[in-house]
Amino acid sequence: MTPLQIIFILVAAMTLGAGLMVVTARNLVHSALWLILALFGVAIVYVLLQAGFLAVVQVVIYIGAIAILMIFAIMLTRNIATESGPRFSENWSWALVIALVLFGTLAWMLSGWEGIAAQAPAISPRFDTVRELGLALVSPDGFVLAFEVASVLLLAALIGALVIAWDRR
Amino acid sequence: MDVALWIEWIIKALILVLGLLTGFAYLTYMERKFLARFQNRYGPNRAGPFGLLQPVADGVKLIFKEELIPAQADKLIFMAAPIITTVPALIILGVLPFGGVVNIMGREVPLSIAGNLNVGVLYIAAITSISVYGIVLAGWSSNNKYATMGGIRSSAQMISYELALALSFVGPIMLAGSLSLADIVEEQMRIGWFIIYQPIGFVIFLIAALAEINRAPFDMPEAEQELTAGYHVEYSGMKFALFMMTEYIKMIVVSAIAATLFLGGYHLPFVTDQPWGVWLGPFILIGKIILLLWGIIWVRATLPRVRYDQLMAMGWKVLLPIALFNVFLTSVIMVLFPNWFSH
Repeated sequence: MTPLQIIFILVAAMTLGAGLMVVTARNLVHSALWLILALFGVAIVYVLLQAGFLAVVQVVIYIGAIAILMIFAIMLTRNIATESGPRFSENWSWALVIALVLFGTLAWMLSGWEGIAAQAPAISPRFDTVRELGLALVSPDGFVLAFEVASVLLLAALIGALVIAWDRR
Repeated sequence: MDVALWIEWIIKALILVLGLLTGFAYLTYMERKFLARFQNRYGPNRAGPFGLLQPVADGVKLIFKEELIPAQADKLIFMAAPIITTVPALIILGVLPFGGVVNIMGREVPLSIAGNLNVGVLYIAAITSISVYGIVLAGWSSNNKYATMGGIRSSAQMISYELALALSFVGPIMLAGSLSLADIVEEQMRIGWFIIYQPIGFVIFLIAALAEINRAPFDMPEAEQELTAGYHVEYSGMKFALFMMTEYIKMIVVSAIAATLFLGGYHLPFVTDQPWGVWLGPFILIGKIILLLWGIIWVRATLPRVRYDQLMAMGWKVLLPIALFNVFLTSVIMVLFPNWFSH
């Protein structure tokens, strides 16, 4: 095993373990903290894949914005952080079966793909991943349509939030 | 990977962390001395010559203080919060170039840990956004309503000013055409310091950075007179010292980033361009940092604290639109005069 594989296995175990703790922790604030650890694990996986830009964006968006919003919401809600109701609904066995089937199907499909054992080609140090990503997002041959549609969608959500929060008097 | 490279990285990281810790100790001394002079006093002058041993005396005093943990506190998070606050402040300067490439015993050594990281500026933004957690968790885990309110108050402040801060990074990024701090400094050597092209961006950066590091006139978390301090009311001893240390290290960090993005970093015209000037780079950067720190202390000595609603209104209704306009203006000028900025 290469050192990279060992690091990957450790990070993956950390991410999955943190994900498990998110749904089993009794305290909601602790759940949110475990979620942050899981998101951080995903950022490390991006670094291992040489996608530094995605790793940093993962930290800025998910850890820096979304998770902190969740923590704010939990803290501003009265007594929700201390309540410990039942942690499992009665449907947990069905959820387990569906999750296992989904995992099995994905693993089976991936093992049939010919790229599964291929080595990733080394990126030359002169290759600027950020520039390539930026050009791909705005070039007509690339993903400009999807990019613009996503921007409009986000803008619509933003305006929707403003309308909901507007104080009508 | 070769062993010499690992040793080089470890030595650089040690120098950076130890430098920041020493800088923190003597920044407290510098602040007390300067504040005293601004107010026509002497300042610390008993411990050692000119009071130079005062930071050591403070440290020893804090070690011997009793560490209190409130009975109903969430103990693990209460202990972890000071660490979560301190670590981002220490690792953020890893992407800062402290100088060019020097030759040490036949080995080419760049004077930075990861200065040419191709997402350097974004890394700074990411670490800044993490540093909110320590404050909000410290407030919540104390199980004290004043601490919780203080934590939420100061994290809301930091999140609001993060936007204007990140938008003020965009100007230098566009001018240099790169997210790497090493490239940004090199472009400033070529076409001149970015403060000439980005005066609005520089002012926005300074104001937003003061709010981001909770310094006067935006020091709500420390308003012990009217707001019972804030997220750290329940902390004592070394844990309290860690929060204070982070505040001062953040002052150094913010000054270093301002110097690198807008004031040419380690570059000084006619001096560092010479072949013998490479070694002077770090000292020139430190000189610029000290000048900016002096400005921050001067602001604290001069301005009264703003009210909380004024603070929020200024962040969202004044700084953010001006920062957006600055980005727009920069891009329009760069499109209209493409010959000025060619890369």
